[in-house]
Amino acid sequence: MAKLIISPSPHVHSGDSISNKMIGVFIALIPAYLVGLYFFGLGALIISITAMLSCVAFEYLIQKFLLKGSVTIFDGSALLTGLLLAMNLPTNIPVWMVVVGSLVAIGVAKMPFGGLGNNPFNPALVGRVFMLISFPAAMTVWPVPVPLNMHYLDALTAATPLAVLKGQFSNIPDTLNMFIGHKGGSMGEVSALALLVGMVYMLIRKIISWHIPVSIMLTVFVFSGILHWANPNAFIATPLFHLLTGGLMLGAIFMATDYVTSPMNPGGMLIYGVGIGIITVVIRVFGSYPEGISFAILIMNGVTPLINTYVKPKRFGEVKKK
Amino acid sequence: MKRFKMGGVHPKENKLSAGKQIVEATLPKQVVIPLVQSLGAPGQSVVAVGDVVKVGQLIVKAGGFVSANIHSSVSGKISAIGTTIDASGYNVPAVFIEVEGDEWLKTIDRTNDLKRECNLSSEEIIKTITDAGIVGMGGATFPTHVKLSPPPGKKADVLIINAVECEPYLTCDHQLMLEKPLEILVGVTILMKAAKVTKAYIGIENNKKDAIELLKQTARSFTGIEIVPLRVQYPQGGEKQLIDAVIGRQIPSGALPVEVGAVVQNVATAFAVYEAIQKHKPLIDRVITITGKSIKSHGNYRVRLGTPMNSVVEQVGGIPEDTGKIISGGPMMGKALKTLEVPVVKGTSGILFIPTFAATRKNMQNCIRCAKCVVDCPMGLEPFLLMSQGERSMWTEMEKDRVMDCIECGICSYTCPSNRPLLDYIRLGKTTVGKIIRNRQAKK
Repeated sequence: MAKLIISPSPHVHSGDSISNKMIGVFIALIPAYLVGLYFFGLGALIISITAMLSCVAFEYLIQKFLLKGSVTIFDGSALLTGLLLAMNLPTNIPVWMVVVGSLVAIGVAKMPFGGLGNNPFNPALVGRVFMLISFPAAMTVWPVPVPLNMHYLDALTAATPLAVLKGQFSNIPDTLNMFIGHKGGSMGEVSALALLVGMVYMLIRKIISWHIPVSIMLTVFVFSGILHWANPNAFIATPLFHLLTGGLMLGAIFMATDYVTSPMNPGGMLIYGVGIGIITVVIRVFGSYPEGISFAILIMNGVTPLINTYVKPKRFGEVKKK
Repeated sequence: MKRFKMGGVHPKENKLSAGKQIVEATLPKQVVIPLVQSLGAPGQSVVAVGDVVKVGQLIVKAGGFVSANIHSSVSGKISAIGTTIDASGYNVPAVFIEVEGDEWLKTIDRTNDLKRECNLSSEEIIKTITDAGIVGMGGATFPTHVKLSPPPGKKADVLIINAVECEPYLTCDHQLMLEKPLEILVGVTILMKAAKVTKAYIGIENNKKDAIELLKQTARSFTGIEIVPLRVQYPQGGEKQLIDAVIGRQIPSGALPVEVGAVVQNVATAFAVYEAIQKHKPLIDRVITITGKSIKSHGNYRVRLGTPMNSVVEQVGGIPEDTGKIISGGPMMGKALKTLEVPVVKGTSGILFIPTFAATRKNMQNCIRCAKCVVDCPMGLEPFLLMSQGERSMWTEMEKDRVMDCIECGICSYTCPSNRPLLDYIRLGKTTVGKIIRNRQAKK
């Protein structure tokens, strides 16, 4: 027998790990990814692989040659950032733009702050918003969903339902098609059904809690419902339309629930979710952009430290005193 | 099914020795009896080197109200009064006794006959319990008579028996319930009388269905005792969590259980009370679990207090080859031992052997702010925050964020996906903030 090991309790560990959590999110993204592949075909494949490879490559290069520290690309977080970035992009966007977006996500939003766990803003969303502002034309033209599409840059394009609402187009898909994902949009956002399947999986495996996605969806539903009910002519979109279109589901389920940038206790999560919901609807209805969830999440990311400071979890024995 | 409401986890139970009959451990050649075996003031030795003692004879007198008597667990000659090493690794004063034969005090009833009737008054019961040196046997070793004597103006209305045994691996309380249900229930009745309550609940986790059934049946012939099955959830055996689970009352921060009208006693304590009152036997032995995946004859053993652990371990085939860590108690809250010379004391619930590959911690990574520690904390604290405050010596902030509420259950470190040593820093904070608070109170 070797020397005995002495350490304070606990002497066992749950076996959970960062990569375990990341793998869980990857599994939850599979349905939405498959729907993206089905409707957008070749383009979806090209941009998702490009984004994942370049995010991992940038993280590796920065850690190895700039920071000269340990390399942590195997925890899966950079890979996940890449996939999430791709899910938020139109699939007919040129490869070089995806690489630039990945560089911003990893090189600007993540590593300068100290890497995983220290970034104040969601890296994938920072990458996406950077691209939206830098390449507005490419970022707002989406390919028409065609089963097993083999076209990439030359794919037929159309406006998304949200853009239709803002502009003068008239062919809005019916609710069922919007629910299963037969509509224009970014690679991973089209199918509410697939995204909800992913959410249920993450809830069952306790990777996320219900507080953030449910509070966002409820707020959007109620707030847009009130507007629509008060003046249906000015606010033509129904609450259901708001829920099923754009990146709302993707944002509420996968982007806003990012551990690092969201609050640390249930009360704070609810405030954060309600905030995202309200800002999203305000941008969609009153702003000049058709979609607002990316901005809403980034704004609330900035509020997260404040929420963590002032909203404390319920302490044991605090309220009840018989 | 009931459970406590806030946080909690369900670690792998690993109750390898469940259902193993309690085996009488053979007498060692020498016992080592530390003068401190309970919370509170250390006791005074009342014997001298060369004295001959019998089983059950008083050898250490309590050093105050919050302190407990200690009796000889063997017969023989006092060979030395020196120091030994305790489970925490400290040197503590102890009495050494060379074992000769096994001669008990004549007053102790050693038969197995059940004695149900108890005509003593509440005060007489508490006095006998004080004399018998009984302490909480779940591990905290708080003297039992202190818990039964509430501060003036406070009154308990319910007794809760802690039969949860939520630590993985440990099975000693479970087995005791299976073998001594009647004795335990008589002990509970006596405790009810002592605490002047008419209602007692026995909280048992649902992974001990046989014990729940047996005690339910046995309890039919007793009045006022109710068995409460609880959903398995660690740390349900924590006093605060148990009271919350069984009667739904939450003790305010810093207060005692009697604040919400509850007195909590461990099930093994109830058995010791039975033996003390009905059989006149002071606390001289206890059941411990010897377990671990590489131990062949893991099981439950009745051991005389003061028996060095290596003497007991020899009886189960010695220390396994692959042992990396030996723990006194369970894997969540137990203490890692640096030697097996440590004697079994009143608060020892088990000896657990952990193989080398599972004995070391994994490398710590960045906090990913997943909030697992916050969600699972049974006290509603923010371990991630307390740790970063601890790293930066921010004691004022730690006190404000209620570090003193921590019950050290270890869930935060257990659950952290980045293997961060959260509890280590929280303990550092508790010790330092505790000192600051004591200094502040001393100044007033």
